[in-house]
Amino acid sequence: MSAGPASSHGAQARAANGGGVGAELSNKAAGATGRNAAVARADFATIASWLAPGAQVLDLGCGDGSLLAYLKQAKAVRGYGIEIADEGVLASLANGINVLQSDLESGLAGFADASFDCVILSQTLQAMRHAEEIVTEMLRVGSEVIVTFPNFGHWSHRLQILRGRMPVSQSLPYQWFDTPNIHLCTVADFDAFLAERRYFVANRVVLSRGSPIRALPNLLGDLAVYRFRKSQHDGTRRPPNYAPAEDENPRDRPAATIGR
Amino acid sequence: MLRLANAMLSFSATTGGTDGGRQIQNVSVGPVVAQLARFDDELPLACGRSLNGFELAFETYGAFNADRSNAVLVCHALNASHHVAGYYAEEPDNVGWWDNLIGPGKPLDTDRFFVIGVNNLGSCFGSTGPTSRDPATGRRWGSDFPIVTVEDWVDAQARLADRLGIAQFAAVMGGSLGGMQALAWGIRYPQRIRHALVIAAAPNLSAQNIAFNEVSRQAILSDPDYHGGHFDAHATKPRRGLRVARMIGHITYLSDHQMEHKFGRDLRDGLQYSFAPEFEIESYLRYQGEKFAEYYDANTYLRVTKALDYFDPALNTGGELARALEPATCGFLVVSFTTDWRFPPARSREIVGALVDRRRDVSYAEIAAPHGHDAFLLDNPQYHAIIRAYFARVLPPS
Repeated sequence: MSAGPASSHGAQARAANGGGVGAELSNKAAGATGRNAAVARADFATIASWLAPGAQVLDLGCGDGSLLAYLKQAKAVRGYGIEIADEGVLASLANGINVLQSDLESGLAGFADASFDCVILSQTLQAMRHAEEIVTEMLRVGSEVIVTFPNFGHWSHRLQILRGRMPVSQSLPYQWFDTPNIHLCTVADFDAFLAERRYFVANRVVLSRGSPIRALPNLLGDLAVYRFRKSQHDGTRRPPNYAPAEDENPRDRPAATIGR
Repeated sequence: MLRLANAMLSFSATTGGTDGGRQIQNVSVGPVVAQLARFDDELPLACGRSLNGFELAFETYGAFNADRSNAVLVCHALNASHHVAGYYAEEPDNVGWWDNLIGPGKPLDTDRFFVIGVNNLGSCFGSTGPTSRDPATGRRWGSDFPIVTVEDWVDAQARLADRLGIAQFAAVMGGSLGGMQALAWGIRYPQRIRHALVIAAAPNLSAQNIAFNEVSRQAILSDPDYHGGHFDAHATKPRRGLRVARMIGHITYLSDHQMEHKFGRDLRDGLQYSFAPEFEIESYLRYQGEKFAEYYDANTYLRVTKALDYFDPALNTGGELARALEPATCGFLVVSFTTDWRFPPARSREIVGALVDRRRDVSYAEIAAPHGHDAFLLDNPQYHAIIRAYFARVLPPS
């Protein structure tokens, strides 16, 4: 893990995640975007660990730009954030990143095939109308793709549903009537999604309160972080500076075998 | 509504901003003085001719910092001038055309930046142009003045930067045709510019845009008072042509929605069953046309529209904008406005796409504004916040 613990963004992300799922919850998130700025950004460090220094990165739904700002510090990545909300664009500018105001729902037109080392969609997929289409677009533009999302399968969500209520948690801090999240899924759902399309999963990390867990990820994890590409040997050009991440899973299992 | 009307008046440059300065003057740069810089060296032009010496009118606001790294050049659009901010002591109502954006504590903060407004070559507001006298003949240039391009303007501006001792601009900024100059600066003088702010612009004109310009030119050229461009010798000017040209321009600066909102089908005095101005929009266009015809020069108008038509940095790279932008290494802020149909957001996105293709530092904001092309002159909170945030990056607060 070479992600910079010196970064204030990282520190914030780690500290903010301390609350954990099931803590007293607010039904309001700070951000107007799909990405929930009020919630822990525990995925930052994991994402950073998977990127080669100087990688060319697109961050979709970049919110206030804190992920790219963090990755600039931690891995000297170069790239652009894409954000639709006015306040997000403004905050990203203030955060010192390159931000492009655009609607992801209309795809990534204007970005050439395989033109970025990595395309990131962090805690935004669940809020997108065209969830499947954006994944296809990401795989077109990026040699690799990183997707993170709140795990709907977490035990606390299941418990709330058993009690007859829609889940509200730190990772899903909205009420049913004001949530931007319209495509929630579980770890098992996303595993199946990738397997059906025969995408190659390079890494999957499931976090609970900011720490990776191995046992019962779909029950205990609150945040899932995936790195995948079209196929293991799909001829996609790897960047010349590509370096395997330090914590890359040596088994590099194809998606179909990941715990269902 | 009042704000829009004022801004549109200020779009008409040096004619005076009426009461637009009412609240603005509180934070204005205050009274300003136009200056004139004389250059005696030859300036080669894109058309193949050259100018043996020329003058540029300019104004400055704020002060240099210790290492002169805080200079910002503001380029004007079609009919504006070097009078960008502040007002003239003897004409307190004559407020600069971008005064809402530039001044102490404003998005382009003259407490931090040394800001320069410059009148382009070929204009009629003080810089050498068709209304100046040709030193070779002693007569006014009239239509003998060369046709100048955006690149010619930028070359002349670079001479002014030399004169002012500016090795490198912190930023060059402009809206519309001014944005094209900022883009040209990035390509032509990459070592002399750290940032370019390209607002409500396009990488070139569309056929529709050229068509509007051609109709405007034909209005002037077909006016019997044009006299082949030497109307001065006949003690007249092609007012009818200028009026029509300005009316056409005004239609394209406003969105359909905004024109509906502002004028609708309102009548001045009921139906008259005549060709007198009956609808408010007719009255408005005629007023703008009359005013413009008095203060603007026809030969200048012809040339500025040609400069717009000719601008096309990708002309020499087989239409590939990304290759044309290869030399430009500065940081870019590109801004467009949703209802601008003269230079719509898609045209700005072409610039952004080419810069991303070259992996340049670029940010892009698409401002939701109902006002059409004119929005770049108006005080939209998100727009101004974006400009302010970007200038914090240009020169981080100490």
